[in-house]
Amino acid sequence: MDYDKVIPEKISSLKPSGIRKFFDIVSTMKDTVSLTIGEPDFVTPWHIRAAGIESLEKGKTYYTSNSGLADLREAIADYLGRRFSLSYDPGSEIVVTVGGSEAIDITMRSLVAPGDEVIIPEPAFVCYEPICRLCGGEPVIINTREEDRFKLTADALRAAITPKTKLLVLPFPNNPTGAIMEKADLEAIAEVLRGTDIMVLSDEIYAELTYGQDHVSAASIDGMRERTVLASGFSKAFAMTGWRLGYIAAPRQIAKQLLKIHQYALMCAPTASQFAAIEAMRAGDGDVETMRAEYNRRRRFIVGGLQTMGIDCFMPQGTFYVFPNISKFGMGSDEFCERLLRENKVAIVPGGAFGESGEGFARISYAYSVEHIAVALDRIDSFIKKL
Amino acid sequence: MEKAKGAGELLAILENNSKLTPEALGLMLDRDAGEVRGIIADLEAEGVILGYKTMIDWDKTDREYVSALIELRISPQEGRGYEHVAQKIYGYPEVESLYLMSGSFDLAVLIEGKTMREVAFFAAEKLATIDGVLSMSTHFVLRKYKDKGIVFGSAPTDERGNMN
Repeated sequence: MDYDKVIPEKISSLKPSGIRKFFDIVSTMKDTVSLTIGEPDFVTPWHIRAAGIESLEKGKTYYTSNSGLADLREAIADYLGRRFSLSYDPGSEIVVTVGGSEAIDITMRSLVAPGDEVIIPEPAFVCYEPICRLCGGEPVIINTREEDRFKLTADALRAAITPKTKLLVLPFPNNPTGAIMEKADLEAIAEVLRGTDIMVLSDEIYAELTYGQDHVSAASIDGMRERTVLASGFSKAFAMTGWRLGYIAAPRQIAKQLLKIHQYALMCAPTASQFAAIEAMRAGDGDVETMRAEYNRRRRFIVGGLQTMGIDCFMPQGTFYVFPNISKFGMGSDEFCERLLRENKVAIVPGGAFGESGEGFARISYAYSVEHIAVALDRIDSFIKKL
Repeated sequence: MEKAKGAGELLAILENNSKLTPEALGLMLDRDAGEVRGIIADLEAEGVILGYKTMIDWDKTDREYVSALIELRISPQEGRGYEHVAQKIYGYPEVESLYLMSGSFDLAVLIEGKTMREVAFFAAEKLATIDGVLSMSTHFVLRKYKDKGIVFGSAPTDERGNMN
C-alpha cells in the first residue's frame, strides 16, 4: 500500500498543532511543573454532573433531535438573552454541537468554498487555519499587536478585505492572549463590514471569563446579527470540557445549512451531556461566578509575579491565559520554552504555536492552583536570572 | 467587626488556604502586601480569625485515633440557659467541637480519643455526670468522607492531558 498516494495532499500537508508538538516533549519529562493546559482545573459542579447521571439512570440513552433537545435550545436562548442581550429562536436558530470545536468546523464548512478568503486575526487558537484550508479556503492572517492590546483594529481589517473575502473569524476573548473586544472595538469592526456580504464566525467560548467588564457579543452590535455565527459552549464557563458540548446561534438561513452537516457527521450531541447542560444553563450562574472570581485572583497573582521578576506582561482581560513578552531574552519562543523546560522544568507554550505574531511571547495558563503557579513562577525567576 | 466587613474575599481565601503569604494574597487581591498583613492582624485581634489548623487524614498515619458524635439532652439552668453546661463540656481537651442544636437533642459533642474504650469512658465518666445532662447517645465515626469541604481519600491528581 502506498499511503502517500492514499492520503489526499490537503490532508498530508496539514501541519500538526504546534501545541501538540510541545506537549510531546513535556510528556517525556519528569518533575515538570506545567502551566500548559487549556481547560479548567475545576470539576464540573456536582448538580450539573448529577443531572447527567440522572438522565442515564432514567434510561435517557437515545439520540436527540439533530439540533439538540428542545429544552436545551430554549435554555440556551434564554441564557443568551439574559447574559448577552441576544435574541435567538430556539426552534430554528440554535444548534447544539459536539463542543465548540464542532461549531467552528461546521460553520466554516457551511460558509467557505474553494478560493474564498477567510480573515483570521492571530495569535489565535490553532484550529481556524487548518479547517479553512480543508474547506479549500485561503486564510488571510491579520497579526494583532501588543500595542493594540491584541485587539483586531478596523484599519487592519479594512486592509485585509478583498473581493474574495467570505468570512471573518473573531476569536475573542482570545486564546492565547487574553485580549477582549469591547463594544467600541466591535462597533468599529461592524462599520467596516456594513454593506458587505462578509460573514463573521464569532468564537465566544470564553465569554464568561472576562474580568472587570462583561463580555460583549459581536452579534449584539448593530448590523452584526445577520452576518454572525456565534460559536460557544459549556467547556470553559461550566468546567465541562469532557462532556463535549457546544452550540451555534445563527440566522435561520445559516443554521439550517450547517445543521445538515451536523446531521450527517454527528447525528446529535451526546444526550447525557445535553441533560447536564440544561441544568448548567438554568442553575449554573453561581458556579460561573465562583470560578471567574478564582481565575481573576490567579490572573492578578500571575501577572503580578511575572512583572515583579521583570517580565513584561500585557494584563489579559479574559480567558485563563497570560501572554508575556519574552522577546528581551534574545531567543525565539520555541527556544525560550524548550530551555525553560529542560533547565528549570517548567512547561509553558511557545507563542509561535499560535501564529507568526505570537513569536516573542509565551502562553501561560492559570487554570492551576495558586500554589502550583507559585512554584512555577519561582522556577521561571531562577531561569531568567541565568540568562 | 469593622475590618471584617470589607474582608470577605480575603477571609474566603484564607478559610480554604491559610498557607498563602501576605505577598501572594496581595497580588491576588490587588492590594499591598503590607496592607494585607495589617488586615489579617486586625482580624486576629478582633477574634474574627480564631486560628489556623491543618486538615490531617489520621487514617493514613500510625496514630491510633477514633472520634464520636455524642448527642446530649440537657436541662437548661435558670438564668444561664445552656451556657454553664456548655462551658463545662468544651473545657475538656478531648472535645473537638460543641454545638447547640435544634431538634430532638440539645448539644452535639464531637470528641476524639485513641480508642473506642477511651472515648466511651470519657462519655460515661465526664459528660454523663455533669449536672443538667439528662441523657446521652454516642455514635462512633466509622469513616470520614469529607470534613470542612475537603474530601478524604487519595490525593487528587491532575489527569488533564490536552493542551488546547
